[in-house]
Amino acid sequence: MDTNELNAPGYEIPPEVQGQVAITTLDRIYNWGRRASVWPMMFGLACCAIEMICTAASRFDLARFGMEIMRPSPRQSDLMIVSGTVTKKMVPIIVRLYNQMPEPKYVLAMGACASGGGPFKEGYNVVSGIDKFIPVDVYVPGCPPTPQALLNGLMKIQEKISGEHWRTSRWYQKGGDQAEIPIPILGPDLIDPRKVEEYSRRLAESEA
Amino acid sequence: MTAPAPVETLDLAARFPDWVTADARPGYSGWIVEKDKLPDFARALRDDLGYDYLSSVTGVDYLPEGKMEVVYHAYKTTGGPGVVFKVQVARQDPVEVPSLVSIYPGAEFQEREAWDLLGIKFTGHPDLRRILMWEDFAGHPLRKDWREPYFEEEFKPFKSRWPEGKFQMAEDKARLGDNLSFPAGFDPQKKTDFDPEKALYEALRQYQKTESGLETEHLLVNIGPHHPSTHGVFRVAVVLDGETVLSLKPVMGYLHRNHEKIGERNTFLMNMPYTDRLDYLTSMSNNFGYALAVEKLMGITPPERAEYIRVMMAELTRIANHVWAIGFLLNDLGAYFTPMLYAQEERELILDIFEAVSGSRMMCNYFRFGGVARDLPDGVLEKVRDLAFERLPRKVDELEALLADNEIIRSRGIGQGVLTAEDAIRYSAAGPLLRASGIPYDVRRAEPYSIYDRLEFDVACRPNGDIYDRMMIRFDEIRQSLRIIQQTVKQMPGGPIMAVKPAYQVRVPPGEAYGRVEGPKGELGFYIVSTGKSSPWRYHVRAPSFINLTAFGPMCVGQKIADLVAILGSIDIVLGECDR
Ligand code: SF4
Repeated sequence: MDTNELNAPGYEIPPEVQGQVAITTLDRIYNWGRRASVWPMMFGLACCAIEMICTAASRFDLARFGMEIMRPSPRQSDLMIVSGTVTKKMVPIIVRLYNQMPEPKYVLAMGACASGGGPFKEGYNVVSGIDKFIPVDVYVPGCPPTPQALLNGLMKIQEKISGEHWRTSRWYQKGGDQAEIPIPILGPDLIDPRKVEEYSRRLAESEA
Repeated sequence: MTAPAPVETLDLAARFPDWVTADARPGYSGWIVEKDKLPDFARALRDDLGYDYLSSVTGVDYLPEGKMEVVYHAYKTTGGPGVVFKVQVARQDPVEVPSLVSIYPGAEFQEREAWDLLGIKFTGHPDLRRILMWEDFAGHPLRKDWREPYFEEEFKPFKSRWPEGKFQMAEDKARLGDNLSFPAGFDPQKKTDFDPEKALYEALRQYQKTESGLETEHLLVNIGPHHPSTHGVFRVAVVLDGETVLSLKPVMGYLHRNHEKIGERNTFLMNMPYTDRLDYLTSMSNNFGYALAVEKLMGITPPERAEYIRVMMAELTRIANHVWAIGFLLNDLGAYFTPMLYAQEERELILDIFEAVSGSRMMCNYFRFGGVARDLPDGVLEKVRDLAFERLPRKVDELEALLADNEIIRSRGIGQGVLTAEDAIRYSAAGPLLRASGIPYDVRRAEPYSIYDRLEFDVACRPNGDIYDRMMIRFDEIRQSLRIIQQTVKQMPGGPIMAVKPAYQVRVPPGEAYGRVEGPKGELGFYIVSTGKSSPWRYHVRAPSFINLTAFGPMCVGQKIADLVAILGSIDIVLGECDR
């Protein structure tokens, strides 16, 4: 971003210090810093991960967006790119990783599988989209999305960050960063602890 | 160039009259072995007849006949056609078949898979646990009477979608509003204390304790499924003494996408794009294997031009895969991402060609039964020529010059993670893993398919079976692939690209077929049973990534934990294929 955008208009800056001084709002500079250094989690699930790696490599060059620093640890990352098919066996781990990420955190569902189940949706071990478990900020369609499509999705994340206000943001509210998502359980099938009552009700209904 | 072994006529029924009968069902071949005699038969087959390599083990559920069948494909590592033998058991609970792990250790994971998905109990198996699903999962999903929660109809195209074109979300129709179902009588509110790891840790703790005199504590460590060096969602559980690996169990299934179950609902052609997603780095050669298997059943062969295009694409895939594998191995050795960038650059150029011919960089879906989907567009042949004659030979030399004499690579690679030739055969290792152990076995030569018998190339082979050889053999194979591509460019004939009229529905006569190709990761096989319907009755993938992992544990025990990562990198697995 150039300084013009960062500079809030309406104030006269003496010509001799233009380029060294910026007058801006806290939100602007705060979001400007955050959006230019989103650290994705180094985390690949399936085929889409290969295109994610290609995006990070030299031809498409994620470094242009300040995002090339992929962190293997959730504790150090801002963005989870769910790049591939989410299976029932894997989803407890994904939810745990999400819980371990510090706020502010973002989730990008990359590809048809992560967005809604994709070509394997009917499979018995496949979750119909990661948004059944964790909140998603941006969906990128494709199977796999091309690197260009992923870049577009990442720019959407940046747009979203630019529009946020630190005063109202979720993670600065009291208790805002403590909302943990309960870990799904691998029983005879995948049990979402938030839904057990609904399951019981539906089971009773269908037996009646 | 090794000449294919002469075909000998094999009459096992005459040799073992009390044990074996010929499989006389129309469209089938091979031998049916008495269940109780199976271990004796397998031992004789291995020791007396020389079929030392058990390539594939799988089961078929013949529900209408009330039978379960276990199908074995065995080969000689000296080349030549294989032998198919089967065991039939009545379909009651439990279905029991003697395990062959003591004779062919390479059957270990495949038998576990057949137990997991089909509920065939292999008596005498040392560690019969579920492998792809988790331990408490209800039912055996590949049985024909097992239905997934989103079940709609037995075979596609579903009537709701075609021809009426009405669509309803699967969630809205499913009983629980989600992709799940519970066994009768299960109350999700009552029981939640499941422990999916218990059986794994018990199996892991079964190892020989050695007395060193020192008081040491053994440590259980989990690597993965979220770990940057497991190449996806693969997990290894190890017990360590200090840094030395004492016991190791791979844990898979985190990417089990039910390829085979979906494949048995799909029509034959619908499976083609799904094969792209098996080993998603090598979609063209996956297409190849599947097309071969179905063509075998249909009794058609593609026209000349299509064969040349197919081979050209398959070999380009091999190069793309191998540069990727080398790059990632270097990642695992600690040379983070820089070698990878060198490798990727070349891969991108190959992907451009794939995109030009098929419309997609990765998921090519390019092969059809009887040919390929489209002819080469203008300019592609020139591009391939440029790559195969000019750029790639130069770049491969450059990459090799950068790596081969590197001090760190040599000291971490040479003599580490050794897989001996005997073990490689015993564990049914395939592809570069087998050839780096000194066994010059390559399906393209051992049982040539397509036009490989006319092309000139050598089977790359390295003697030591260590990490370094497994890296270097990939350079050798890239060079051989370049030779093949150069020949296809020079000899590319004109003419049609399809033997039959393209159609959405193909007629596949009843019977069975096993099509196998030498994929970049090893022997990729498709076992298909057709009943004459529009969908396969059984659709099984012999996945090299999966079976190569059988040797992973034995290779790592006694090594340091840091070498484990390098050994895994040198096997080169892709989880999409491993878990399917
Ligand atoms: S969306 Fe397609 S490419 Fe991506 S993980 Fe799913 S199947 Fe693979």
